[in-house]
Amino acid sequence: MLVGASVASTPWCVIAILLPLTGALVCFLWPRRSVPLGLLTALGIVACMTGLCWQVVEQGAQRYTIGGWGAPLGIDLYADGLSLLMLLMTAVVGLGIGIYSSGYFEHKTAAVFWPLWLFLWAALNALLLSADIFNLYVTLELLGLSAVALVALAGDADALTAAMRYLLVSLLGSLFYLLGVALLYHSFGSVDIAILAGRVEPSPAVWAAVGLMSAGLLLKTALFPLHFWLPPAHASAPAPVSALLSALVVMASFYILLRLWLEVFPPSAAAAGQLLGLLGATAVLWGGIQALRQTRLKLLIAYSTVAQLGYLFLAFPLGTSFAWKGALYLLLSHAMAKAAMFMAAGNILRFGGHDRIADLDRVAQRLPLTLAAFSLAGISIMGLPPSGGFIGKWMLLDAAFYRGQWWWALILIMGGLLTAAYVFKVVGYAFTQAEVTHEASRVPAGMEWTALVLALAAVLLGLFTPLPLALLDLGFPFSGGYAG
Amino acid sequence: MNTVFLYALVGVGLFTLGLYALIVHTHLLRKILAVNVMGSGVFLVLVALGGRTPGASPDPVPHAMVITGIVVAVSATALALALLLRVRAETGRTRLPEERLE
Repeated sequence: MLVGASVASTPWCVIAILLPLTGALVCFLWPRRSVPLGLLTALGIVACMTGLCWQVVEQGAQRYTIGGWGAPLGIDLYADGLSLLMLLMTAVVGLGIGIYSSGYFEHKTAAVFWPLWLFLWAALNALLLSADIFNLYVTLELLGLSAVALVALAGDADALTAAMRYLLVSLLGSLFYLLGVALLYHSFGSVDIAILAGRVEPSPAVWAAVGLMSAGLLLKTALFPLHFWLPPAHASAPAPVSALLSALVVMASFYILLRLWLEVFPPSAAAAGQLLGLLGATAVLWGGIQALRQTRLKLLIAYSTVAQLGYLFLAFPLGTSFAWKGALYLLLSHAMAKAAMFMAAGNILRFGGHDRIADLDRVAQRLPLTLAAFSLAGISIMGLPPSGGFIGKWMLLDAAFYRGQWWWALILIMGGLLTAAYVFKVVGYAFTQAEVTHEASRVPAGMEWTALVLALAAVLLGLFTPLPLALLDLGFPFSGGYAG
Repeated sequence: MNTVFLYALVGVGLFTLGLYALIVHTHLLRKILAVNVMGSGVFLVLVALGGRTPGASPDPVPHAMVITGIVVAVSATALALALLLRVRAETGRTRLPEERLE
């Protein structure tokens, strides 16, 4: 009982931000021990999320006022089912990336990787827990800065130019968002999401704010045609960094857009939902075709991310709570599957010293676990049953027919076929002998197993559907606006 | 047209000017400066709109936001400049390679 009471009264929201922040500083100050310290912090965050999960399930949505200042002046933290699910996903994928990176990086790079990755993790947790739109801006910038530093980690010309472009794009997106915040604050005298939700009324300033904030966030989420920066940045980073960028970082700005859309933006913004849906549909097709055309594995996976991000936007024109949940389910399984895919690509790169798809030399026989991970992740991304990706797409299909907008269903099916084509292209080459054979180097078992476990988790997500869906309903994030 | 509105308009003007420069110029230092001009524009809008009730003392919340924003902008500029130096050392150029439009 005593343990229960102390778990219930612990401010897990605050610990979720402070723990990675402290961990990052300790790793930075003690570079020799950064790997065990970092892994310990990662485990601590997972434990902290379990506590938060317990708290939200038992007591409903949590609001914590930092320093006791309260909403208009102080900073509030807020955790409901939506943020909880994203936090849990971050913790699981983050732990996986941590374990994977301990095999991937040599000691010197690991000492730089861990502080940056934990700073990024702290920013991500803070973003998912923020209750006001200005705090979201600050966390978005923190996230962007640490992500840029991580992209530059590889240190070669490709990585540096990709990081530079990523930084400029990221700053541009944030400034658009901030100008929108200024307009909203001017109109309604608050930046708190809950207060804004009660006060927002359509006016020219609000429409300008909606446009500016959406444009900035779409740029950061890399929705077609604003995706140009993503493939070079994600493909030229080291494998664990690619995994965390594709699985977690792009989702953060999508999360903000979703929050604003559901709670702040006036219901008549629904008309713009058709436009977002159209862009999403184009992203699905364009990203799929581009992925199919790539000759390098990491670029193929990066374009696949562009396509998969498109699916998430198909929920906007539908706008039913079923569609939102479907998109989030897709997001959840994509995060795990895409992390696993980039890890598998990292293993193949380490193994053969290159990632040219046509020269994959009997990877299937020589790295069976890695290829299994890639294929299982592929199953989830294609949306074959019983994977998590299947459930998400099924829910979107269902919502499309329910709303009588059958054309989105066509996009879902065509996107699935394109995905199948590029996944099988890689798997096909992996089974055959290449013309050029080369020396193979050893891949640590931990790296292979982490990829496999994450890919398995993405597939298994399809078998345990009720649990995440029940979590999503906590605090009723989908009851506001026109979500219905 | 009162002064507050005028300041806000100048802020929006700076934002647009910065955006234009960011797109047009290829030298990375100019791009970084352009982003900074854009940022100043947003800060000016925030501060100006904070004094919207004539006569009353200005709203302090936007000022707090601008201070936070300046801290963010300084760190972002520092990172951008450090990256610029590394890009120059590695590639010998101070501009990004042309987009391969695929």
